[in-house]
Amino acid sequence: MTRPGPRVELQGRALVAGDAAGPALVLEAPLSLWGGMDPHTGRLSDHHHPQLGATITGQVLVMPSGRGSSSSSSVLAEAIRLGTAPLAIVLSEPDEILVLGALVAAYLYGRACPILVLPGGLADAISTGDQVELQGDRVTVVRATAAWPEEAGRPADDA
Amino acid sequence: MRLSDWDRALLAGTEGSAGQVAMRIVVEMARVAGAAQLIDVTSAHIDGCLYHGQAGLDFAERLVRDGAAVRVPTTLNVASLDLLHPDRFRGDPATAAAARRLMDAYVAMGCRPTWTCAPYQLPERPGLGEHVAWAESNAIVFANSVLGARTARYGDFIDVCAAITGRVPNAGLHLTDRRRGRLVFDVRALPERLVDQDVLYPLLGHLIGARSGRLVPVVDGLPAGVPEDRLKAVGAAAASSGEVGLVHVVGSTPEAPTLAEALQHQPPREVVEVTPAMLRAARDQLTTAGTGPARLVGVNVGTPHFSEAEFGQLVTLLAGRPVHPGVEFYASTGRHVLARIDALGWAASLEAAGVRLVVDTCTYVTSILEHTDGVVMTSSAKWAWYAPGNLGVRVVLGSLRECVESAVEGRVVRDDAPWPQG
Repeated sequence: MTRPGPRVELQGRALVAGDAAGPALVLEAPLSLWGGMDPHTGRLSDHHHPQLGATITGQVLVMPSGRGSSSSSSVLAEAIRLGTAPLAIVLSEPDEILVLGALVAAYLYGRACPILVLPGGLADAISTGDQVELQGDRVTVVRATAAWPEEAGRPADDA
Repeated sequence: MRLSDWDRALLAGTEGSAGQVAMRIVVEMARVAGAAQLIDVTSAHIDGCLYHGQAGLDFAERLVRDGAAVRVPTTLNVASLDLLHPDRFRGDPATAAAARRLMDAYVAMGCRPTWTCAPYQLPERPGLGEHVAWAESNAIVFANSVLGARTARYGDFIDVCAAITGRVPNAGLHLTDRRRGRLVFDVRALPERLVDQDVLYPLLGHLIGARSGRLVPVVDGLPAGVPEDRLKAVGAAAASSGEVGLVHVVGSTPEAPTLAEALQHQPPREVVEVTPAMLRAARDQLTTAGTGPARLVGVNVGTPHFSEAEFGQLVTLLAGRPVHPGVEFYASTGRHVLARIDALGWAASLEAAGVRLVVDTCTYVTSILEHTDGVVMTSSAKWAWYAPGNLGVRVVLGSLRECVESAVEGRVVRDDAPWPQG
């Protein structure tokens, strides 16, 4: 595998159609929105999550998968209604619970929160702070900086 | 996707606009899941009646306005209010009013006002191989594992859509091959004195949930015939710390008479040998109170809802002693179980001892606790997992016996004997 350039195009599968663009917030662990995110603040409230306190509002939320409670659909729909939801969600595996929340919010309020799956570890190419653009089934990632930042768990360069 | 005439009629709106919306959502979910067709369900259990905010209420009231009615027998999960003890609710009146409207909307669609997260404790429950549409993660795992019924991991919104249409995607745990055990948790190395303890089961479930990902776990090596309440604890914990919708327990659950059958005669992906140290780590993870001194302000049991048998244990362990005045002791249950323990005289004796009985809801999903400024003890891994985030409390997980002794003494009393360090 070659080192990804500053701009990467990835092919995924849209679960909830729509376009979105914004900075990525990559979660290090799965998250149950119910019990794990406060829709009034848009912050992670799961005390077991390494990123407790991070804000998902206005970000493209990138996470391995949802987790736990089946009530997460309601929390996502409520966050979309309140305007605290992420701009879009990028998953490594399909998550029907999140899709439902987005579908119902679109039906009730006409507001979109696109959800897309990047299978086979493709989402690993995205880091927090990267600019991410979703268009149909495609994701374009633009690196936050030309060089790798020093901090926070950046994977070793395998070029 | 192959759709039946009924599916098409609903989509076309011939059964009204609520049926049309519900079928559109079911079909959309089938597409996401890659299902080739929809199948009939015989019952539904709805989780959407718990108030999470305006969106859930808007959806339910929109469906009612559009003429929605459920087509299959449908039970309701816990809501945000205890309608038998309305003064228990400490949240703001506007939230209470909205939560009440949400409950009314689901009843208006023809759902039974059961208000329990343990619909499997009701007299009528689905049998082996029966397809149902159940929501609420602990009910899902119980239906699949203990009853051998088949439900995917449904949640808010799709639950009522399935109830209105009577149809679900033929996907996930409805499919035989998706029910194949993949990850074996071998517990033979655990000492007998641990296997005998109720507290083992929520801890084991917590461990399984954290390690299974989306693989179906199998517990191997427990004595046959593990009681339902212990299986309930395993499933509820596993569905909190992970995405588990089915746990086979060899010798105890209907699709796992043997390990080979649980694995559908294929090799497992991995075998995890469960050690006492792993369970001790789970116990520590579910205890956020730290080790310093802290005031015990509450004890909460009944997550998922306490069964009649569990109330029997509680009465025995209390042995007529009163709860310490500094401790709020809550036991959450369903109305049907309350009626039974009322008839047995247990409800009156527990209340006289200072145990507050909560129905229709649960103490970790709504504003009931008076004191959240100290340590709260629970026998439930699910309560311990969610309460710190939901309520801001610090928790100690313990056995029911530890919970009762702590409640009587007014301080955290733990028995570390089964948990040697290192």
